[in-house]
Amino acid sequence: MIWLTWRQFRTQAWVAAAALAVIAVALALTGLNLAHLYDATGAASCQAHGDCGTLSTTFMNHVKASLTYKALYDGGVAILYAAPALIGIFWGAPLVTREVETGTFRLAWNQSVTRTRWLAVKLGLVGLAAMATAGLFSLMIGWWASPIDRALGLAADRNGSSVINRFSPLLFGARGITPLGYAAFAFALGVTLGVLIRRTVPAMAATLAVFTGALISMSLWVRPHLIAPLHAISALNTANIVGVMSGTGSGSPMTVAGGVNLPGAWVLSNQTIGASGRVFTGPATQACASGSIQACNAHIGSLHLRQLVTYQPAVRYWAFQWYETAIFLALALVLAGFCVWWIRRRRLS
Amino acid sequence: MTAVLQSRGLGKRYRQRWALSDCTLSLPAGHVVGLVGPNGAGKTTLLHLATGLLRPTTGTIEVLGGLPAASPAQLARVGFVAQDAPTYAGLSVADHLRQRTHLNPGWDADLAHDRIERLGLDPRQRAGKLSGGQRAQLALTLAIAKRPELLILDEPIASLDPLARREFLQSLMEFTAGHRVSVVMSSHLMADLERVCDYLILLVAGRVRVAAPVEELLGTHRLVTGVRCDPATWPADWQVISASHTDRQSTLLVRTSDPVHDPAWAVEQIGLEDLVLAYMSQAQAAAPGRTPALEVQR
Repeated sequence: MIWLTWRQFRTQAWVAAAALAVIAVALALTGLNLAHLYDATGAASCQAHGDCGTLSTTFMNHVKASLTYKALYDGGVAILYAAPALIGIFWGAPLVTREVETGTFRLAWNQSVTRTRWLAVKLGLVGLAAMATAGLFSLMIGWWASPIDRALGLAADRNGSSVINRFSPLLFGARGITPLGYAAFAFALGVTLGVLIRRTVPAMAATLAVFTGALISMSLWVRPHLIAPLHAISALNTANIVGVMSGTGSGSPMTVAGGVNLPGAWVLSNQTIGASGRVFTGPATQACASGSIQACNAHIGSLHLRQLVTYQPAVRYWAFQWYETAIFLALALVLAGFCVWWIRRRRLS
Repeated sequence: MTAVLQSRGLGKRYRQRWALSDCTLSLPAGHVVGLVGPNGAGKTTLLHLATGLLRPTTGTIEVLGGLPAASPAQLARVGFVAQDAPTYAGLSVADHLRQRTHLNPGWDADLAHDRIERLGLDPRQRAGKLSGGQRAQLALTLAIAKRPELLILDEPIASLDPLARREFLQSLMEFTAGHRVSVVMSSHLMADLERVCDYLILLVAGRVRVAAPVEELLGTHRLVTGVRCDPATWPADWQVISASHTDRQSTLLVRTSDPVHDPAWAVEQIGLEDLVLAYMSQAQAAAPGRTPALEVQR
């Protein structure tokens, strides 16, 4: 059974190995230079100089100036999201449907091997290959991107909650061990939908749709609540205001955004609270509607605003990685169990 | 002798439609059983139930005294060639034999290799490139080299040309002659079944109409011709399967265990094909307006 599974899976395995090899070469050729640049700009040893904000910004400016680095960094993120989806589509969905469409499951199911074992071996072997592939991608790309990720984590956040670091939703699923969980889940999802739909192409489409939906739901609605977020409340420091939005006339709405300095944290929300205890929305006074910045800041200082930041601190990063990976691995196991149950209890034809 | 296949009240429903209903059978061992019936009669359904690919909706089925496909040991005792002889298109002939070696404890590698050699198949050729006849032969080889006690073949020759059909049946007969194996094969090609089968099951519209040894069928069915007369005057022990009349003459297919001595009736032997056709039209006459359904493949 192991031999047959390997024999049927061989082509896909070679494709994955070739993709891994090509990307490994591209990353190896540029990764050493990138690491060197990180050292050379002083960002690596910034803690000793006590000026991480400036040094990491210098490093990032060098990186942004290079098209290759930018393309590889963004490409790496894209690959780590695409790889699990592709695994689900091209390894998971056809695993059973292909046998149904050619009728070969009737050939396979009449050997001296129960169909439970037939499916268990397929699920186990290809599932492990899926996790290994995603794991290797994550390891390689994570190594290559580590200087940039560290620089992003060090950069003092001068811009509210918009700066990206490895904890922010866009990067979180493309770093560490989460791609492994995604790959296992996408694969099991593909097999499950294949078993239920029994046609390869519709099963592939459904896999992509459900997988994308699951990832988006996870990062929007589930992940922020895995551990209760921390709240930091402090008086708004007028020297640290990063944005004032106001209408042109006196009395028009106005919002104020204070800067957040939480390197490596995932900032969920950053609100400015007025004296009434609610989010400050104005009204704008003459000083801010048409006066100078200094005058406006002085006026804001007189309002006694407070800043409420809701965030997940940087130290929780790995806890979140483990939680998220465990959730997707558990989902994958449930789906695999469902497939085995379905094939035992129900028919495929 | 124990039964190779025993079913009681066996039925299978696909959504609204019963593909097979109230099927009670007991097939003795050592026969080559022909399963015939029009398209959509439930032949494939019955065979899939026997191989454990399907689960019955009602009733029970036992194959060689065990539940179909219940355990590896049970699976090892039954060889099966599904309709259209599925094979892995991307795997070579040698690959097929190799994977079977791994998956079947009783695998007879010599038998398999001998057969492949005698059939003139190139072991390196991919199964997807084989002709229909070669593929059927490969599938049969895979099934019989398991050394099963029961071989189940679903329309193995339907898609083959006459020559390939004959070769296939010949190699099947060679195998059954040399080994103690029972065979159940379905087909709607009566002429071919007539040559190889010694037991016949006729399925029409999901019901078993006839299940008996061929010899017994031929021995108890007679085609009698006589002057047309009132059916009430026909001998009481005659079971009339079909009757056709001209102005003056009646031709009847009757089932009777006693010889017909009355000189008013001219008696003829009937061939298996005519006999089956008579039963099929009887069943169809019993259900008027019912058009034959399309063959159910899945």
